[in-house]
Parts: sequence; structure tokens; C-alpha cells
Amino acid sequence: MNESVFERICEHLAGVAEEATVAHGTLAFLVEPARLIEVCRSLKESFGFDMFLDVTAVDWPEREPRFDVVWHFYSTRHFVRVRVKTRVPLADPTVDTLVPLYGSARYMERECHDMYGIAFRGNDDLRPILLYEGFEGHPLRKDYPKQKEQPLVPYRTSET
Amino acid sequence: MSIELPNPIRPAFTEGSREGSVIVNIGPSHPATHGTIQIVAELSGERVLRTDVHCGYLHRGFEKECESHTWHNLIPYVDRLNYCSALINDFAYCEAVEKLMGIEITPRARYLRTLLAEYSRIADHLTCIAAALMELGAMTAFLYLVTIRDYIYEHLADLTGARVTYSYGRIGGLARDLPEGWLKRLGEILDQMDTFTGRVHGLVDRNRIFIDRMRNVGVVSTADAVNWGFTGPVLRSTGAPRDLRKDTPYLAYAELDFEIPVGIKGDNYDRYYVRMREIDESAHMIRQLMEMLPAGPLCVDDRRCTFPEKTLVYTEIESLINHFKLVMEGPQVPPGEVYSAQEGANGELGFYIVSVGGGVPWKVHCRSPSFVHVGGVHRMLDGYQLADIVPTFGSINMIGGECDR
Repeated sequence: MNESVFERICEHLAGVAEEATVAHGTLAFLVEPARLIEVCRSLKESFGFDMFLDVTAVDWPEREPRFDVVWHFYSTRHFVRVRVKTRVPLADPTVDTLVPLYGSARYMERECHDMYGIAFRGNDDLRPILLYEGFEGHPLRKDYPKQKEQPLVPYRTSET
Repeated sequence: MSIELPNPIRPAFTEGSREGSVIVNIGPSHPATHGTIQIVAELSGERVLRTDVHCGYLHRGFEKECESHTWHNLIPYVDRLNYCSALINDFAYCEAVEKLMGIEITPRARYLRTLLAEYSRIADHLTCIAAALMELGAMTAFLYLVTIRDYIYEHLADLTGARVTYSYGRIGGLARDLPEGWLKRLGEILDQMDTFTGRVHGLVDRNRIFIDRMRNVGVVSTADAVNWGFTGPVLRSTGAPRDLRKDTPYLAYAELDFEIPVGIKGDNYDRYYVRMREIDESAHMIRQLMEMLPAGPLCVDDRRCTFPEKTLVYTEIESLINHFKLVMEGPQVPPGEVYSAQEGANGELGFYIVSVGGGVPWKVHCRSPSFVHVGGVHRMLDGYQLADIVPTFGSINMIGGECDR
């Protein structure tokens, strides 16, 4: 059951999807940032991946391009998951938004933007969500020090 | 002395969209917001025109913190995501790591995890319903339900040593086996629970006030729910029988007999009723599991993750080294990545973990159902009355620890 869906997807996306592997019941593949929308649309419309589970990024500071942006989709028809990945460089960490396809992308893209500074082209609402207005930097990048504090309300000192 | 404090949020709108409308701010610290959540709402009279929901007040850098501790040391952290059903978090996280390590847990651990996950689900649903009913003024129903919840907490404390955050899961098994008489007491609590939930059904199900507040409020369709990523009881309340325990069976669910309760129109009443029915189904599953629970070891015999017996640590050097390496370096997880999801009490609880080998994760990402639900909750709030925000918000059971991470 799973395999046949995965096979059909791989066939359909031959030439677009690279490094397609099935591991732990999830089909994972890599796409070019420019092909993202097209791939996700066909996943949704032709293969029934109607639920946008998640978007996040993985930081590989030593690698160029530095970031993996990772999406997970679930099909409420076939009960399988797909992981789509793309790579973006630090200089231009931009990918297309999936808001036109999935409503839930809106909030999760905001989180990813908060945490990794990935810009989602076309998402007009990238206000901070878990962080606050004026927070500097992207805390889940590996070069953000864990102990760094940016208190919104200044800490009390012995003088005040 | 007064200091100028910057606003932590930027509302999506500051001007009313029509004449006579007003913009009010609800929360983040308000008795009716049921967690630290902030809702900026535009009202026309008492009707909500649009809302802008902000979360993040409980953000504590869970994912960042995970990147500098060993795989085992994260278990207390994942406990604190959804603190109403901490065991489910434990098991979902452990399962993700076990998949990456290629470990299959022992039959006893598998059945016991299933039993405890269902037990936690009951506690979580009881909390959610009790709080939602109390916010509507149903104090008696609240007390009935939290009485049972407290029995469960005390009972789990007998097993794990803690009432709420148990740190009971272990990679490759569980922390300790059942104490004597634990299953007998479990049966008693389930019987008492049936009595008490029966009384709650009698108090509210056909209660005019309750129906008026809950029926046809916060309605969401299946297509909308899927589009907004809703899972768990919120999705099932719309009539879609989607449940990971059935659709992608894990642990021992494939061997159990249970139904998936669904709603008919996806309103607050359905969400209440689906949760009540799920409590019954969970109790039914626990009763089956009590019969099925096999004897045998609790943890896998795998030196990569399971701690050696204490007596051996004190008497032979190999076990001492093994213990030392597990504490200081952590379980050695091979490089790779995995997304593993379980049906949490609120919906799909997924862990996406990336390992580069070694004892410390490269990345741990939690797909928390509460966060996704908060992202789409405006669909259930807009167009209803201001007072409806309280029960609707209660019915999605947003848990701050899990939402904000």
C-alpha cells in the first residue's frame, strides 16, 4: 500500500526529486527551491497529501548551502508521510510560501522564520510568533549562543 | 516609579474595519484565557469580527536546549511539553529515538506503554473537559472530573514518583516495573471513573444552558480542519474518523478492540462529546491491556541505551564503564533523521530528530498539536460572540507548554 504510493510519487517526480529514499515509513526527497511549489502542489492534488504537518529547518554551519528546510506532509487517505527538503544558503535563505496550498503553513512558517531566519516569499505575515517584537537573531541557528539573553524588560540591578 | 515597557507583540490590526467596532485585547494573563495566550479581537457589539491570536509567552527554548544534552537527559524536558499527559510525550520521543537506533522494545514495555498512554489520555481529557465546564459555571462537574484526575495522578505517583511530570519513559523501555497491587487499584479507579463520568453526562449533556453555549458554536468543517492542520479530537469532532492509533498503528494498538468516536458538525458540543467518548474507549482499552500484559523484562538488553543493573555497576568494571559512558556521553544514536508521530491527547504529536552520531542530538523538533490548533483557532472564534471565545478556546485544549515550547 505505502510502497505503491511512494513508487507512483517517485515516478511522477522523476527528474525533480533527488535522493528519494524511504526510511521509517516516510518517503524523503530533495528538491530545488524553485521547484518547491510545483512539487507540493502535485503532492497535494495528485497524491492526496492534504495535511501540512510541519515545516522546520536544520542548520549545517559547515556546509554550503547552509540550511535544510524540511516539510512534512501527511495523507489522510493513504496514511503515509512525505518529507520534502530543500537547501538554501545563508546569503539568501528564501523559499516560497505554501500558504496558498495549506492554511496551517501560515503559523508554522512564522515559527521557522523566528527560529532560523528562513524567509518565506509570499507569506505576508512573518511577524514573530514564539519570540517577541525586536528580538535580534535567530536562536536555533547553531551560531546563536545558548546562554545569550535579550530581556524585553530590563533586569533589576542593585541601584534600581 | 513607572517604566515604559515595549509591547511584545505587533497586532495584525489596530484600526476597526467598520464604524462603531472596537478592538479589545484579551490576555495573555487572564483567568478565562486558559493558558498564556493573547487574543486581539475586533468586536461589533458583542460579536467577534476578527481575531489575531498570539502565543509564545511560555517559550523557553526547548529545541535549543535539546541540542546540548544527551538523548536520555531530554526525557524530563519532553515531559514538560504537554504536562497534562506527559507520558505520551515520553513515549513518542523515546519511540523516535528507538527508530533511529533500530531498537524494538520488549513486549511488556510495549503493552505497558500503551496502557499508560491511554491512562494519560484519560487524565488529559478529564482536565480539558473539567476546565471547559468550569468556565461555563459547571462547578459540580468540574469537581467530579478533577476528583478522578487526582486519583489518577496519585496512582501514577505510586508508579513513577511524580504526579504530573513523570520522566518515566526510557530509551529502550521504561524506568521501573509496576508496584504490587497497582493494577488492582487501576481497576478500581476506572470503575469509579465510570460512575463519575456518568454523573457528568447526566448533569450537562441535555442541559439547556450547556447546549445553548456549546451547540453550533465554534463550528469547523472537515475540509477546513484538514486545511488548518487540525488533528486529534478537534478533527474527529468534524466527523472524520482519523486517528493515528488506527491509521498507522503503533505500540500495541493493532491488537486492541476500540472505536473512534466522531462528531457530527465540529462544534464545541461535539468536541466535548468526542472527548467524553474517548475516555470510555481508553478505559475499554486499558481493561483489555490489563488482561494482555505479558511478563518478562521491561527494558531491551542493549548496552547502547539500557543502564546495567546497579549491583553489577558496583561489582564489575565492564558495567561500571557502561554506566559511566551512558551518563557522560549518552546513548550512541547512529546518524540519520526520523519523523515519528503518535496520537497525543490533543492530536498528532510528532518528533523530528536529526542525529549526526554520538550522544547528543543535532536537532529535535516537536510538531505540537496545540501550536497548530492555535494557528487556526481564529476560524472557530470569528463570527461568534465574545463570550464564546472562552468555551471554544477551552475545547481545543491548548496547552501552553506544548504550544510555545
